[in-house]
Amino acid sequence: MTAATDTRRPGGPDDAVGGVVPREVVQPDTIDQVAVVLRAAAADGRTVVPVGGRSKLTWARPPESCDLLLDLTGLDRVVEHVAGDLTVVAEAGVRLADLQEQVGRAGQLLALDPPEEGATLGGLVSANASGPRRLRYGTTRDLLIGITVVLADGTVAHAGGKVVKNVAGYDLGKLFTGAHGTLGVVASTTWRLHPVPPARRVVTLELPDAAAAGPLSVALARSTLTPSAVELIAGADGTARLVVLFESIAESVAGQAGAAVDLLGGGEESEDLPDDLGRHPGGADDVLLRLAYAPASLAAVLDALPTGTAVTAHAATGVSYAAVPAGQAVDALPRLRTALAPHDGSAVVLRAPDAVRDALDHWGPVGDSLDLMRRVKERFDPERRMSPGRFVGGL
Amino acid sequence: MTAIAEPVVSDRTAALAERLRSAVGVERVLTDRTQVRTYECDGLANFKVTPAIVVLAESRQHVVDTVRLCAEAGVPFVARGSGTGLSGGALPSADGVLLVLSRLRKLFPVDADNRQVTVEPGVINLWVTRDAAPHDLAYAPDPSSQLVCSIGGNVAENAGGAHCLKYGFTVNHVLGAEVVLPDGEVVHLGGRAPEHPGYDLLGAFIGSEGTLGVATELTLRLIRVPEAVQTMLVGYSSVEDAAGTVSDIIAAGILPAAVEMMDALAIEAAEAAVSCGYPAGAVAVLVIELDGPQVEVEAQFKQVEEIARARNAFETRIAADDAERALMWKGRKSAFAAVGRISPSYFVQDGVIPRTKLPEVLAEMKRMADEKGLRVANVFHAGDGNLHPLVLFDDAVEGQAHEAEELAGDILELCVTSGGSITGEHGVGSEKRMKMAKQFTPEDLDTMQLLRCAFDPDGIANPGKVFPTPRLCGERPGVRKGEHPVQAAGLGEVF
Repeated sequence: MTAATDTRRPGGPDDAVGGVVPREVVQPDTIDQVAVVLRAAAADGRTVVPVGGRSKLTWARPPESCDLLLDLTGLDRVVEHVAGDLTVVAEAGVRLADLQEQVGRAGQLLALDPPEEGATLGGLVSANASGPRRLRYGTTRDLLIGITVVLADGTVAHAGGKVVKNVAGYDLGKLFTGAHGTLGVVASTTWRLHPVPPARRVVTLELPDAAAAGPLSVALARSTLTPSAVELIAGADGTARLVVLFESIAESVAGQAGAAVDLLGGGEESEDLPDDLGRHPGGADDVLLRLAYAPASLAAVLDALPTGTAVTAHAATGVSYAAVPAGQAVDALPRLRTALAPHDGSAVVLRAPDAVRDALDHWGPVGDSLDLMRRVKERFDPERRMSPGRFVGGL
Repeated sequence: MTAIAEPVVSDRTAALAERLRSAVGVERVLTDRTQVRTYECDGLANFKVTPAIVVLAESRQHVVDTVRLCAEAGVPFVARGSGTGLSGGALPSADGVLLVLSRLRKLFPVDADNRQVTVEPGVINLWVTRDAAPHDLAYAPDPSSQLVCSIGGNVAENAGGAHCLKYGFTVNHVLGAEVVLPDGEVVHLGGRAPEHPGYDLLGAFIGSEGTLGVATELTLRLIRVPEAVQTMLVGYSSVEDAAGTVSDIIAAGILPAAVEMMDALAIEAAEAAVSCGYPAGAVAVLVIELDGPQVEVEAQFKQVEEIARARNAFETRIAADDAERALMWKGRKSAFAAVGRISPSYFVQDGVIPRTKLPEVLAEMKRMADEKGLRVANVFHAGDGNLHPLVLFDDAVEGQAHEAEELAGDILELCVTSGGSITGEHGVGSEKRMKMAKQFTPEDLDTMQLLRCAFDPDGIANPGKVFPTPRLCGERPGVRKGEHPVQAAGLGEVF
């Protein structure tokens, strides 16, 4: 038998996904082995949940069933880094931090900065994780230029390529981004890289309240300044500050930071990144939500949150993370979704204490394309064996 | 190859035309041969198919009605915007409906605080920036045809342009779409906000070349107009030096807004057509544009000048104002048409290679052209390795068109074997669908077809495009069938 089957072991409590303990865990080392494992699972009709660094397992709903946990951390090779082309091919189990270290030696970076420690590339694609610098660089959908996936029946398929500009065929990379393992397994990824900016300047402004960040971030976005990030960091105690990050050549960041202080009507300049930059708010007792909305409605969104909610907002992009005290969350979530609706908004549960988790509608309303999503799922995974029930609408 | 097909007027299409007339109005449904012939090709004029029926839609409801009636009748439809596409993506079906969207051209007011605007698909690309300009905003994707090409067509092809090196492609600038699916159902993908829960079907839809449905409204992201823009034109005595300059700029950590390259033949053509005043005797020129905060642009512009000098640039001109900048760009943007001045006919290609392979691929292309005794003019987005080789030929010389077509195809294969792609921005369309098999495995193509089958199980949306072999979706999802008997018998193709 193959190496992949040799690594099979019974699942234990440490392997649980949303409380569901897998019957078996397998850790293949190659894409071919992933295909072998999936073909065998197809023959036996077993359900499969792929995992990487396991840093975001709570982001999707618990699976209805998990016969086999497919641990992809054995696919840990950086296959090809061509510095002159600013591209890299890396397998799904490569940890983002390890990739950054490797491409960093050439003065380059993969411009994704999600805060979850130990995250792998496959996991950050599948969960569509992002961080503060999404303002400047975008998210996975803007940086992923090629993908290799393994489907439920073991088919290995590629889409995209190794060049940044490419419109040949459907862009399956986008389809698998944020699909939470429900369409198949992300096995390898190809990325556009960026040069590491040589200089940095941070402007920090204490705010009277979180809502003050709304008009200020709109003003920044409409100015000619080119910050990498505009972050609102607001505590449960009502304290709030706006952090504006400039990254470019020295002349530029100095000039822009000064102009930002003028535009904001104050602020302290520094060269150091705040420790809490990009960190999600709250702790284990809170329900962590990801809020998304038309960017200029930040103030209205903040206003709709229960008091005592800590917030980290990627302020100029329309994405925030809110830590709602668990006791209030069950009542607050439907109200919040109603308040977000006029701003085309959504609220998704990323983490919830066990006591309230089942009482929360994890994904919320999806809109009129849910049937189409269901049809996509049926085509890619007709037997519904890939991470069943984890996604929107029970997909 | 020149493909011409006559319309197939059958009882089925005649009955459909009647139903369409009562649904969308007699004046919006054309079946007269001379009228429908206007739509027999798009920008790829050597492929021609006259459609059985043309519908000139003026509202979303017209689109819904047309698509629904096509679905009921099992008749294929092809959506068309301005018809400027260069891969035959809007080539009609002879037995089908050509759905013209250019009358859907409403722009909703710019939402300046959210930096977005919603438009109908027939809106011309440049109109978006025109409407955004009073708010100091702009729409970033700028294909060379932006004066006439439509947003709907841009979305179908995932259009690029000179500035996508820094700003990305259409897919990076579309936030939401209202889409009529091939069964007439209307869905909303994405919206005014990011991160809609669910699959990123918007991302999959953009660039699907009209095979997944018809967009009837699009919400576009606008960018802030940069504080400063500087453009320079650099002349070289060798293509290698020009290509080396591009690599050195990137290696220095500079991300220009655009880096465009033209070779001697392309320069000659542009001079003949628009007198753009490019450096005399140049074997290659680069047009390099930087934008951003003033101090940043000034510092990096100096650095780029030094890099160019170190690579033996013999002349460097800096645009003093917008008029000079416009002239520099005029030569580049008119290059395709300009080639018509120096050659009776030409094929435009659209391949992509890894930027670092530029010198060796150009040398190999020259060798291949010499072998056939043909000339190739090169105009390309050098920053992202997107080549537009123009294969020149004289159709009066017997066999030359065929030789030229073969060379154009060989060049694409060279792009693929160099690690690149058969298309960077023009799309696969009708022209390059057979080349898809060079870039992708049968498993890759089958997997893409799963998406197609979810959107369009009957295969009526722009059939015969993108994929080398049409596949049937099967009754049961997930079941992939082999070649259809009709197709195997050679009856299932348009031409």
